[in-house]
Amino acid sequence: MLELRGLHKRYGDLVAVEEVSFVVRAGETIGLLGPNGAGKTTTVSMIAGLLRPDRGQVLIDGGEVRGETDPVKRKMGLVPQETALHDELSARDNLALFGALYGMRGPGLKRAIDAALDLAGLAGRARDQVATFSGGMKRRLNMATALLHDPQILLLDEPTVGVDPQSRNAIFGSLEEFRRQGKTLVYTTHYMEEAERLCDRIVIIDHGKVIANDSLDAVRRLVPEVNVIEIDIENAGADGWYAGLRLLRDVESVGIEDSLLRVAVRDLTDATPRVLEWLREHGYRYGHLASQRADLETVFLALTGRKVRNS
Amino acid sequence: MSFTPFNALVRRDLHLFFTDRRAVIMSFVAPILIASFFGYIFGGVTNEAAPSKIRVAAVDQDGSGMSGKLVAALSADQALAVTAEPLDQARAEVRVGHTVVAAVIPKGFEQHAARAFVRGMDKPEIQLLYDPSHGPELAMVNGMLTQHVMEVVSGEVFAGQNSQKYLDSGLQELNRTPGIDPAIKRALQQMLGAIGQLNAGARANPQAAAAAGGFSMPFTVKTEPVTARRGQAYNGMAHAFAGMSVQFILFMGIDAGMMMIYQRRSGIWKRMRAAPISRFVLIGSRAASAAIIAMVILCVVFSFARVVFHVRIEGSLPGFLLVCAAFSIMTAAFGLLVAVLGKTPEATRGLAILATLILVMLGGSWVPAFLFPQWLQRATFAVPTRWAVDGLDGMLWRGLGFDAALAPVAAILGFAAVFGALAVWRFRWDTSA
Repeated sequence: MLELRGLHKRYGDLVAVEEVSFVVRAGETIGLLGPNGAGKTTTVSMIAGLLRPDRGQVLIDGGEVRGETDPVKRKMGLVPQETALHDELSARDNLALFGALYGMRGPGLKRAIDAALDLAGLAGRARDQVATFSGGMKRRLNMATALLHDPQILLLDEPTVGVDPQSRNAIFGSLEEFRRQGKTLVYTTHYMEEAERLCDRIVIIDHGKVIANDSLDAVRRLVPEVNVIEIDIENAGADGWYAGLRLLRDVESVGIEDSLLRVAVRDLTDATPRVLEWLREHGYRYGHLASQRADLETVFLALTGRKVRNS
Repeated sequence: MSFTPFNALVRRDLHLFFTDRRAVIMSFVAPILIASFFGYIFGGVTNEAAPSKIRVAAVDQDGSGMSGKLVAALSADQALAVTAEPLDQARAEVRVGHTVVAAVIPKGFEQHAARAFVRGMDKPEIQLLYDPSHGPELAMVNGMLTQHVMEVVSGEVFAGQNSQKYLDSGLQELNRTPGIDPAIKRALQQMLGAIGQLNAGARANPQAAAAAGGFSMPFTVKTEPVTARRGQAYNGMAHAFAGMSVQFILFMGIDAGMMMIYQRRSGIWKRMRAAPISRFVLIGSRAASAAIIAMVILCVVFSFARVVFHVRIEGSLPGFLLVCAAFSIMTAAFGLLVAVLGKTPEATRGLAILATLILVMLGGSWVPAFLFPQWLQRATFAVPTRWAVDGLDGMLWRGLGFDAALAPVAAILGFAAVFGALAVWRFRWDTSA
């Protein structure tokens, strides 16, 4: 079990993480969500022992990690945001190096390397230089490297950034296999659909604070009865042209992405006519109209007033 | 405590270094090539080859017998390559750098020089036109010219065909000159008269006249290079290889530091710090691999120098190895310091290379430190490269014993300790988002 108690980290005047506390039970997968700069990576860095918190504790199975060489660190595997590999070395040599950092050697290390290469789908490229790999192959190897020493807890810091769809599916296949094996996953992302697909529980962080921490359904219920009207506007106006919609009764939030206007409303029956009437009165035409239940994106928008991506 | 992570990190660094073609060329080929070039310039394998002569133009505007003898004497000098040229051509040759010095012997030189020799008055002026980029050669030519003028003029005054005329002229001037102490005047008159009698006797006996010949240098010079042992020729390659090894090993140290900066940027550092290994393993392995690479470079470069240029360790072999080991450790600490102080790889590389070039220049890697001004020679003991070059020189061609290696080794290790302590103190361990 992984437990964070009141983690706090400040860089000068900037409070990066403020009183972050949550528990991850064994075998659980949690999604750590938030926009860029929300404090996700700082939190993961403190869990992994890369950063010393100003206050608070990280407990693993009830014990605090004491010092750099504490064997408790073997229970964790870190997949950094960057592809942390030596391009000049082969896939096998990279794995051998990082396995050795956990004291692995001999036949045990060789077996672990073979298993990791199979998992990453790179057994046929084991002796090739990593420099010759595609971005997706590097990402898969990056993740396999963290698994060599068979950690109980896997910390994944946005492992699918910049990955092609095929490699993303491969990574997800691996993660789902880890879940089946009972491993504990802490998965940071700002891709809401990934969190919805993978995670048992969602922890939303914004401005360094936990603003939601519950199951996916429970988080959705934090913004009760919210529905989303999606309207494809043909003649959108200048920046902020839709601000007037926010003043309408029952409208929770309004956002736009390209030409797609997303209006979160409490009551679909009451609010929809008002929204459409406002658009008609102001001369905005639309070519497509749809509605859907609130997703994480909408929840985040409702909780913070900001979109997760590109915030 | 398991050494598995430490060994793996050292092996990784060695693998990365030796598979990097640029690093290998810079660390092995470049010092050998440049040291060979510098070694050749500064004396080559032995000093048996004739040194290059200083090119001198002689402009004889007097056209007298004395000036002709002076030009002949200069031409016969082994250190000079003399050509007789008119003034304008000589000046043009100096300006374009084909000639180092032009000596202009003025009209009336013979007459005035002889008189000035006897009475010290009305001295003729020999003009030296020189290339300002060859200051040291000017001083050498000036000295040699003085020697030959004294020999030729004294020969002419004391034993030349016009000797009596010069003496008579000198006596007349002496008698005309007022204010001389009577006792001194009398002594000078007696001396000039005695020389005249001597010359008269010599003319009666030509063999004796030839033997008289005027002034000459009252000594001869025998040179002997003081090297490791008597009779051992100086090998200019030894110093060149010591200097260039020091320079390029420091460059390797910069690369070692740069690698750490790149690792911090790539996320590899995060992965390493997430593992249950201490910071001393992380830093120590980096330092150990840099030191090993430095030792390998020194061994390869000096093996090449031994085989191709016969550079021998004339002094203590253990002392030589100790100096090499100390400098390798210092290089590792220097690399760590580069990694710590550097913000971006681009800026760090530029500054580190500049610092290294200054260090090797002050250390005497390019030109021997004895050519520096005295204050600078003293100041250079504040840089580790001076101790390294001196230590290597001492064990190589100076042939000094093990004891002589101890001071350089202590100094180099002192610098290593300071650099290492600074690196550990300033190291940013935390890895933020």
